[in-house]
Amino acid sequence: MFATYLLRELGNRRKQTAIIAIGMALAIALVIVVNAVSVGVKDAQAAVLASVYGVGTDITVTQTPEPPAEGEAGGRPSFDFDAGAGQTSDGTTSLSQSRLSTSRGTTTFDASQLQTVLAVDGVSAATGTLALENSTFSGEMPDMTQSTPTEGEQPQGAPGGGGGSSFDIEAFSVLGLDVNGEAVGPLTSVALEDGRTFTASDAGENVVVLDSTYATTESLAVGDTMQIGGEDFEIIGIVSSTSSDAQTAANTFIPLDVAQRIADLEGQVSTISVRAASSDAISAVKTELETALPDATVSTQEDLASSVSGSLASASSLVTNLGTWLSIIVLAAAFLIAILFTISGVSRRTREFGTLKAIGWTNRRIVGQVAGESLVQGAIGGVLGVAVGLLGVLAINLIAPTLTAGSATQTGPAGLPAGMPGGGPFGQETAATTTDIVLQAPVTGTIILIAVGLAILGGVLAGVIGGWRAARLRPAEALRSVA
Amino acid sequence: MFELTHVTKTYTQGTRKVTALDSVSLSIPDGQMVAIQGPTGGGKSTLLQMLGALERPSKGSVALADDDLSTLPDSRLAGIRAKEIGFVFQGFNLIPTLTAQENVETALAPLGVPARERKERAAKALADVGLGDRGSHRPAELSGGQQQRVAIARALVKNPVVLLADEPTGNLDEETRDEIMALLEGLWRDQGLTLIVVTHDSAVAKRAQRRLHIKQGKVTEKK
Repeated sequence: MFATYLLRELGNRRKQTAIIAIGMALAIALVIVVNAVSVGVKDAQAAVLASVYGVGTDITVTQTPEPPAEGEAGGRPSFDFDAGAGQTSDGTTSLSQSRLSTSRGTTTFDASQLQTVLAVDGVSAATGTLALENSTFSGEMPDMTQSTPTEGEQPQGAPGGGGGSSFDIEAFSVLGLDVNGEAVGPLTSVALEDGRTFTASDAGENVVVLDSTYATTESLAVGDTMQIGGEDFEIIGIVSSTSSDAQTAANTFIPLDVAQRIADLEGQVSTISVRAASSDAISAVKTELETALPDATVSTQEDLASSVSGSLASASSLVTNLGTWLSIIVLAAAFLIAILFTISGVSRRTREFGTLKAIGWTNRRIVGQVAGESLVQGAIGGVLGVAVGLLGVLAINLIAPTLTAGSATQTGPAGLPAGMPGGGPFGQETAATTTDIVLQAPVTGTIILIAVGLAILGGVLAGVIGGWRAARLRPAEALRSVA
Repeated sequence: MFELTHVTKTYTQGTRKVTALDSVSLSIPDGQMVAIQGPTGGGKSTLLQMLGALERPSKGSVALADDDLSTLPDSRLAGIRAKEIGFVFQGFNLIPTLTAQENVETALAPLGVPARERKERAAKALADVGLGDRGSHRPAELSGGQQQRVAIARALVKNPVVLLADEPTGNLDEETRDEIMALLEGLWRDQGLTLIVVTHDSAVAKRAQRRLHIKQGKVTEKK
């Protein structure tokens, strides 16, 4: 009787059922799409950050650089040549100098703080890295020692008429990291393409692992030798990012102790990467680290996510703000439509419910009938909504929009000439990584269940309110009413 | 069967108090056919609602056998209506989306009758009122007289002890009126139930064993 009456009523009120179902479907579809895009954006942000900080890095510890004192270069490498430096031949002097210095926009701090970090409750692993930049100045200039100009005369070039100078500045990033194999840090998010990565026996050795893009650009291979900070290094491996849309954290990776020695930064690191014991513990660990290291900047993935710029950041903001609020508003509207239509339906069926009460139907039976009808309407909307939502997500994944993601990181790829005007707040240069990320919107079973649950909740809510109205009807009054 | 003792029912309409029943005392024995007549607004329908446990009196008591309908909770009253009282209304009051058979079955649903038995009893009840071949028709596909027959089948399918009919022929033409009243009379005789009919139609009232007249809330016997 219950099912027959329910189906007949819904069939009789097709228009109303359709309106309620469509309203609910739109709301559910929006919830699914917004959630899927939100997860996709978060995944993309995580991929960008993982390429820099490594998979499994929950927290990073750094120190904010001090502004340079007046007259200081502010972190830009400088090259000084003594008189008579370089090699002179045929009236031309060739000069070349390499420097390994901290990356622009970073500062170093005592590596002993790593022990402080490891002692904090909730920290399961931590490792220190040193972000450096190798800058090489090379070029040729005329030999200025051939003639001494008299007052008012311009300096003459070498006999033979040679003149003019040409200089080249090359830079690439160098990341010193602990080769003792902690499962946290930049090298956890790479795939080995050739050779090998570090082992504990590489400590103190001049060995280097290259980023595959950098290796290709510089035509370097495993077994070759390259110069870093004026010293020869053997290339032992080539790695690439596990994310096809992101690069690794640096052009080159060398053992931490070697990096510290060459850069004259013994016992110093620029970043400590931390993994928490569980995702629930991240917030608490961050608070404890801030207490243990009051001078440090402690950042979680969420904090770092705000450093991601570009259209990915805009998409994140759009989904979080507009998308979420739009979902809430449309869901509330769908619920309201369902409730109002149900109440209206109960009012129109006053005589019908009065008759049923007169022939012995209890309030419970009548409320159950009304609630059942609303529940089915909500469920229809939920199923439709899931279908439309999945189609929407499919459309997004087929279109696969490409977003740019810029991360203001403390290490960066080669190609940034020394001495360029800086973008950092203190006049220093801030290295930035820009990558293209293809947005994918994943759908999980959980969000489908939540979406269907919301639709059913809407139906139940409408049914309970409508049923309450029906239950309040006094049979005699209901029978007196005009149908 | 029914024992009404100083039953008064008042309604408030805005600031006015309306007395629909004024200290009515009445006994209706088992198996009697009673017609209640009176002018519009005299209290006929209110009296029927008291007898049918659809309303509680403002004062006094209404007893049906051993049950005091004026003090029982709503859930018990619903149970009494489900098992013991059948209703027939002027406007038929059939569920428009259900077939004739399903409308009759709605009276058995609160009794927890299994589906198969429910269908069988409903089909028999329809056959008893001459509509055995109309079970699958919806109310909109039936004439007024046929709809009222379905309503009578719905009222009787649960084998009640009391059948209350509120202007059962009010919306019907003369010929159909006579058919319906003949049907009700026949069922009353065959099943021995107590039949109480509210009507303003003297032709209907003449068929009853006992005629009561109600005016301005007061009941008198009509000889």
